[in-house]
Amino acid sequence: MLYREAGQFKTSYAADQQLFPIRQDRIGVLVLLAVAFLGVPLLASEYWFSAILIPFLIFALAALGLNILTGYAGQLSLGSAAFMAVGAYAAYNFQLRIEGLPLIASFICGGLTAAAVGILFGLPSLRIKGFYLAVATLAAQFFIVWCLTKFPWLSNNSSSGVISTQKLMLFGHELNTPVEKYLLVLGIVVVMALAAKNMVRSTTGRAWMAVRDMDVAASVIGIRLMPTKLLAFAVSSFYCGVAGALYAFCYLGSVEPDGFSLEMSFKILFMIIIGGVGSIMGSFLGAAFILLLPIFLDVALPFLAELFGLPFASATVSHIQILVFGALIMFFLIVEPHGLARLWQIAKEKLRLWPFPH
Amino acid sequence: MNHPEPISALYGQSSEPSTMSRKKIGEVILDLQNISLRFGGVKALTDISFNVRAHEIRAIIGPNGAGKSSMLNVINGVYHPQDGKIFWHGEERKRMEPHMAAQQNIARTFQNIALFKGMSVLDNIMTGRITKMKANFLEHALWFGRARREELEHRQKVEEVIDFLEIQHIRKTPVGRLPYGLQKRVELGRALAAEPSMLLLDEPMAGMNVEEKQDMCRFILDVNDQFGTTIVLIEHDMGVVMDISDRVVVLDYGKKIGDGEPEEVKNNEDVIRAYLGAGH
Repeated sequence: MLYREAGQFKTSYAADQQLFPIRQDRIGVLVLLAVAFLGVPLLASEYWFSAILIPFLIFALAALGLNILTGYAGQLSLGSAAFMAVGAYAAYNFQLRIEGLPLIASFICGGLTAAAVGILFGLPSLRIKGFYLAVATLAAQFFIVWCLTKFPWLSNNSSSGVISTQKLMLFGHELNTPVEKYLLVLGIVVVMALAAKNMVRSTTGRAWMAVRDMDVAASVIGIRLMPTKLLAFAVSSFYCGVAGALYAFCYLGSVEPDGFSLEMSFKILFMIIIGGVGSIMGSFLGAAFILLLPIFLDVALPFLAELFGLPFASATVSHIQILVFGALIMFFLIVEPHGLARLWQIAKEKLRLWPFPH
Repeated sequence: MNHPEPISALYGQSSEPSTMSRKKIGEVILDLQNISLRFGGVKALTDISFNVRAHEIRAIIGPNGAGKSSMLNVINGVYHPQDGKIFWHGEERKRMEPHMAAQQNIARTFQNIALFKGMSVLDNIMTGRITKMKANFLEHALWFGRARREELEHRQKVEEVIDFLEIQHIRKTPVGRLPYGLQKRVELGRALAAEPSMLLLDEPMAGMNVEEKQDMCRFILDVNDQFGTTIVLIEHDMGVVMDISDRVVVLDYGKKIGDGEPEEVKNNEDVIRAYLGAGH
């Protein structure tokens, strides 16, 4: 009864095309933002910020980047972690080599560098599709990590390519508490998610989806395939690049090339599969699921073991954790291939009619 | 394009003869001369010449595999013929890519529905106007100025198409959920949204029931009539073809075997043989 659009009449196309056409959604999002910006900093502990919330936001941003490419433009990629690495190392180098470059500007430059590399590795997409393209993007994954280890200049001659990021200076103020870092990451993620939403609901997004759904029809309508696909690679890599910069600067503080492994790319891919391919919110839900589930199992399994009086070994717990994790992924792929975002949508549709069945 | 009869006079009257007598057919806008198209050793089209005049409904008919769809693909640049010349508004056309057809105001629908399955009806039709929208992705990301203005302006146009095709009730439905007949209609809408001067329809009525066919005929005649759009269509239903088209070209095994007004074609010996078999 609470979630119903009855009585909310739209009298202009502008009203119909707004971001959240249903009033309850608008209120919900405002409340969520208020909680994220005001409530959480007051309540959460330091552990929550540095171990859960910051990595969640950063991976959500990377998943959003991959979702633009894979979910909206239909180009499968296994190089997300590599583009994050490009963003991280580029932001580090811009900060290092240009005196007095503002922090945000170096993040943007890191993103732009990743976008340029993304376009380069997106070129094969003009000829190949699907799994073959995924294999081509694997090249990016291995080549970039190799490159960062091989050329010491990129990591300012540090041993084995490890970089320690500079201080986070914002408007002459140093950000050193987890809360401040959290707010910086949150601000960037919110702005970029909004920009992504705007892109996918306008002509840019429609062109991407048209190429994804039926490329021959798209080109006959007047969509030029090459620029459209490359734009998707560029925007996607930009998002991954900024996520990588945040990962290095705001989360870990020091990173090495091998940290941006294929495993991480897969993790980001799983996030969008679980969360919902072709959904902005799905990126967030997927990131939350993949990151929080292991933590939840970490806490819940020993508790359960104790409850039933079973012998408790930490090795067993981590094995069970992997087992449960894999089983859940399979369960999701079979039961709801469109991910958590689709479940959320179904719930909303049901809620709209509740308490009537249809 | 003004004529005394109300448009409703055309509605659903498939028994009515050709509309040719009541509208003004212009000069030749598309002239195909000696077109030959081969895929390796397979000759899809051999030495075909015909033309299309402004504002007419031109049908292409022929048995399966006659090369009808290939012909449409040649017209809008998906296939490139090895021989022959194409004149568009009197100018010889060089090799062109599919997206250039859209810029020249040629729109088309496909034999097997080629809608964007994951998008709503509204978004599908909006996509039809993509060549007319100029804002770039940064403006879209900010949803500011030109991007926002264009979305509203083009929404207005798209709503006109939606009204015209009487699909208001499904505008927000994902096209994948719609029945076949409506999907065909949405695809016509996507083509119309581009405000084409020439519309290529590849079997717009295939697989439809009588009622859906009547609706589709009405829409095709209305488009031709109200907007003056030139229509080239491929269709297997002879009743429909003979009723609505002004001129018909007949293909068989990639060769042209007949060309002319429906009455002429109907009585052409070669055409009868191709359709009914030799010895009839």
